[in-house]
Amino acid sequence: MRFRPANLVIKDVVRETASVSTIRFDRSLDPTPGQYIMVWVRGVDEIPMSFSAPDSITVHAVGDATRALCALRPGDSVGSRGPFGNGFRLTGERILLIGGGVGVAPLAFLGEDARARGVEVTSLIGFRCREDIIFLDRFRRLGDVILTTDDGSAGIEGRASAGLSEIDPEDYSQIYLCGPEMMMIDIIRRCREHASRIQASINRYFKCAVGICGSCCLDPDGIRVCVEGPVITGDRLLESEFGRYRRGPSGMRESCY
Amino acid sequence: MSSLSGDVGGLRLENPLILAAGILGTTGASMRRVALEGAGAVVTKSIGVEPRDGHPGPTVVRLGVGLINAMGLPNPSYRSFQDEIDIAREGGVPVVASIFGSSPEEFAEIASALDVDGFELNLSCPHAEGYGMEIGCDPANVEEITRAVRRAVNVPVWVKLTPNVTDIRVLGIAAQRGGANAVVAINTLKAMAIDVESGYPILGNVIGGLSGPAIKPVALRCVYELSGVLEIPVIGVGGVSCWQDAVEMIMAGAAGVQIGTALMGGLEVIRDITSGIIRFLDRKGWSLEEIRGIARRRGSTAPSKEYPLSASSTTSKSFDEVETHKEVP
Repeated sequence: MRFRPANLVIKDVVRETASVSTIRFDRSLDPTPGQYIMVWVRGVDEIPMSFSAPDSITVHAVGDATRALCALRPGDSVGSRGPFGNGFRLTGERILLIGGGVGVAPLAFLGEDARARGVEVTSLIGFRCREDIIFLDRFRRLGDVILTTDDGSAGIEGRASAGLSEIDPEDYSQIYLCGPEMMMIDIIRRCREHASRIQASINRYFKCAVGICGSCCLDPDGIRVCVEGPVITGDRLLESEFGRYRRGPSGMRESCY
Repeated sequence: MSSLSGDVGGLRLENPLILAAGILGTTGASMRRVALEGAGAVVTKSIGVEPRDGHPGPTVVRLGVGLINAMGLPNPSYRSFQDEIDIAREGGVPVVASIFGSSPEEFAEIASALDVDGFELNLSCPHAEGYGMEIGCDPANVEEITRAVRRAVNVPVWVKLTPNVTDIRVLGIAAQRGGANAVVAINTLKAMAIDVESGYPILGNVIGGLSGPAIKPVALRCVYELSGVLEIPVIGVGGVSCWQDAVEMIMAGAAGVQIGTALMGGLEVIRDITSGIIRFLDRKGWSLEEIRGIARRRGSTAPSKEYPLSASSTTSKSFDEVETHKEVP
């Protein structure tokens, strides 16, 4: 096991949208889709990032660390711990991916892995507007794609859930979810009868990433999301704090609306 | 089958294994989970007067021999923590609130406000400016803060001591003078790690605290030294990761044993250690009481005087100036 942060040299930075970039490293970290690494932007902070491919992460620049990460150039490097956590478990021959915003990134990786194993893939992906769309070509190469935008500038108008009318969840052996929390809980509630077949990759405040600090624990069972997640089944999430509140860096409860 | 139940620092525990402060103690649910996994008691994350986000990352460095952390006392403040304590109590074991402050008044303010089974005073965190060991290295502070909390509450008060001093016994005696029901030894040892690829210190806070197997021999020595001079119980903590480690702590004189870093390997470690201790006692035909402090009885020299005692620059009283209470058996 590696104990010190691994040095990852950046090979390529691809600007996907105005605020989203894909950072490709000099090597694959051999992750399972859905796993994450703690990326250390030296001198700034360390943040959890899920993989968008075995050798890349896709970053939405929203805070100091993500902005600093997106400003890095080929040849620069970051430190990394991981891969950590339980990723998506591939089950069955016909799967449905449902993603929103930059949350589609680990799903594209999962879909490609599944396709390589002969699994049939359908994708339902939602974005705020046409300018925010990422990885549409990657999803189209996997199989059927249903696209939604909040403002109707591309695909079906509305949230990702608006695309549910186009499909029957019954047709799929497993449903994989990643995106904003309220989008995910909305989908899980709408597909309640299929909740045991939903695997969702969720966010909580990770500090240690090794399961001891407790900052990411999910009520009411105290699931350590950093090591027992970040992928959690829909039925467990229905019985949890998910979609109602979460905790910030101090441990204080915050609304997730 | 040997019984592990007994009094630990004023609390009746089913077994002497206690969740250490700062580990899985941010939420009531995670503490309840550890209690249901078999801990005899749980200690919360350290709680202060104001909400704190903690230090920037990385907050931990994993080593082959342990862990260095600099979390920076993140907590939602005592004003938002009673709910978590109440949930933790559903685990059916005593819940001890670890608290920190910058003055006796702050400690007393927090302690007065929380309804809990006991308090553990964090006078030992090595990486938070103005808190923890920065005030806990001075025996006069330790005594004054302990006394302030002792006066404010009617539940057991434990004082967690720093090993980052010349002579930890002086701090233990100060806690005892202040009215502590027990001391907890030890908190982490000041440490750091550097990324050789970049030259950056790895921790966001540069300096952190070393825990895990690397510090067990230090913790054991501190428990041994403290139990040689104190009348109040000593609770051992530092690098306990298997039943043999826990038995060593008890043989050094510990009344209770806290588990921290070892939980990184999984929560089942608590049950494994508990059953290991029971099997060991059964095999030897010994009771927990019989092995507690046995190392002192087996030792050939008078332990309280076996180390050269030098006046420490960080302590206001040398060991020779303070009263010792305990006869060597």
